[in-house]
Amino acid sequence: MRPDDRKYTKTHEWVKLDGDSILVGITDFAVNELCSGNESDLVYCDLPDPGRELEEGETFGEIESVKAVADLNTPIAGKVLEVNISIEEHLEILSRDPFKDGWIVRLEPKSKSLDDPMLMDVADYEKLIAAEEPSA
Amino acid sequence: MKATPLLDVHRDLGARLVDFGGWQMPLQYRGILEEGKTVRRACGLFDLGHMGRFHVVGPDALRLVDRVCTNHAAKIPLSSIRYSLLCNEHGYPLDDLLIYREEENIYLVVNASNSERDLAWIRDHGKDLHAECIDLTDNQAMLALQGPESENILQRVVEGYDLSTLKYYNFGFATVCGMSDVRISRTGYTGEDGFEIYFDPKEAENVWAALLEAGKPSGIAPIGLGARDILRLEAGMALYGHELDETSNPMEAGVDFAIALTEQKGDFIGRKALERLRTERSHRLVGIVTEGPRVPRQGNELIDPKDGQVLGRIVSGGVSPTLETNIGSAFIRLGHDQEDQELVLDIRGKHQACKVRDLPFYSRTRKKKTAKPF
Repeated sequence: MRPDDRKYTKTHEWVKLDGDSILVGITDFAVNELCSGNESDLVYCDLPDPGRELEEGETFGEIESVKAVADLNTPIAGKVLEVNISIEEHLEILSRDPFKDGWIVRLEPKSKSLDDPMLMDVADYEKLIAAEEPSA
Repeated sequence: MKATPLLDVHRDLGARLVDFGGWQMPLQYRGILEEGKTVRRACGLFDLGHMGRFHVVGPDALRLVDRVCTNHAAKIPLSSIRYSLLCNEHGYPLDDLLIYREEENIYLVVNASNSERDLAWIRDHGKDLHAECIDLTDNQAMLALQGPESENILQRVVEGYDLSTLKYYNFGFATVCGMSDVRISRTGYTGEDGFEIYFDPKEAENVWAALLEAGKPSGIAPIGLGARDILRLEAGMALYGHELDETSNPMEAGVDFAIALTEQKGDFIGRKALERLRTERSHRLVGIVTEGPRVPRQGNELIDPKDGQVLGRIVSGGVSPTLETNIGSAFIRLGHDQEDQELVLDIRGKHQACKVRDLPFYSRTRKKKTAKPF
């Protein structure tokens, strides 16, 4: 079971309220789609500069593996307060702990509510994964 | 989607499956880099049941093949194999393939994604000849063993044939796992020594298991199409849809050796156009090595660091398990295509320095096996 203290998107990001700010990351499913369980297959991560204002749905970075490049999108509008720079040198963090140490950006959100209809709770997200998984 | 007789075996091994040319095929079983290293170091077992296989039979078989193919089939010694292109009237490749020369008949191995079009093309151009092109793809399993241990491993399941006498790009028939008359060729798509075998699909699971068992002491592993792609790129071998396609000049792609513009060969489809294309080269296929973590991908542009003008484009790219750096192949404008030429790779607006290398990046027979990294 994935953590139930946050919301999920169809494109396999997660968002979590953390005090006054919001953390954005990607799920274990997204990581696995890129590297199939081989953390050494992750090769590159492009992160935004702090201070950048992001619109809802905006692409703010990229993650690249041996076989593909994936966009990082934010489901929540806000200003980038902090980026997890340890990922840049240690991409394996994303594969080992995508829900905690593998957070990607911290945002100052325009609205502090996660009640967006585009955001799913963990039960709905797991249903979505179950439908996608046979392809893997 | 089509499946080879080994689909369930791949599933049981936990392979990640992808659609490749309309076939459900294993992309990887473990990590792509690790799989690539296994092939260079020991041996890899590949399911290649998606490859199209045709038998051109009849008294005019050779004439038909020489009419549609760019290489000179009549000149191929018996039991030898040559690489060739199949071109349209404009000299542009419809596919690339291997020609196996038998006494009267010809056996062809083509790409899965082009197989149907190739079959129709060959049949269309042989209507006036006493030759028939039979599609054997669904009636035969195809496996490859690639890597330095391949001969030792395959020999353990072969009877009545000393594989050390089978030369590179030659083929023969032998008893494999008790099946007689199995076609064995010393060919492959990785730059390593190795074999490709063709046999009754009902025996596919048995032969697969027997080869993994026979290769266990030598470190054999099943290898997916992901590693196959990067290994062929290291070895400087073209992949249709990347280095070759229906819109780019094959005379720029380093495959001149497969295009026989000799008097003996005579006329063939695309010959006149290819003679013209030979004089119209403006680019050359070269290798690219990069500094930094970004991987070159098909479609990325290469620009001149001095003035920003576009000098070429990437057609293949990946992370090289052998050079341990990121590599690509690219068509670069002549005059800027020499070894060590500095270029800038444009990855969706972000720039990364890179340099030109002559292909291949890797050759097992060269004294210095690998190209210089960045």
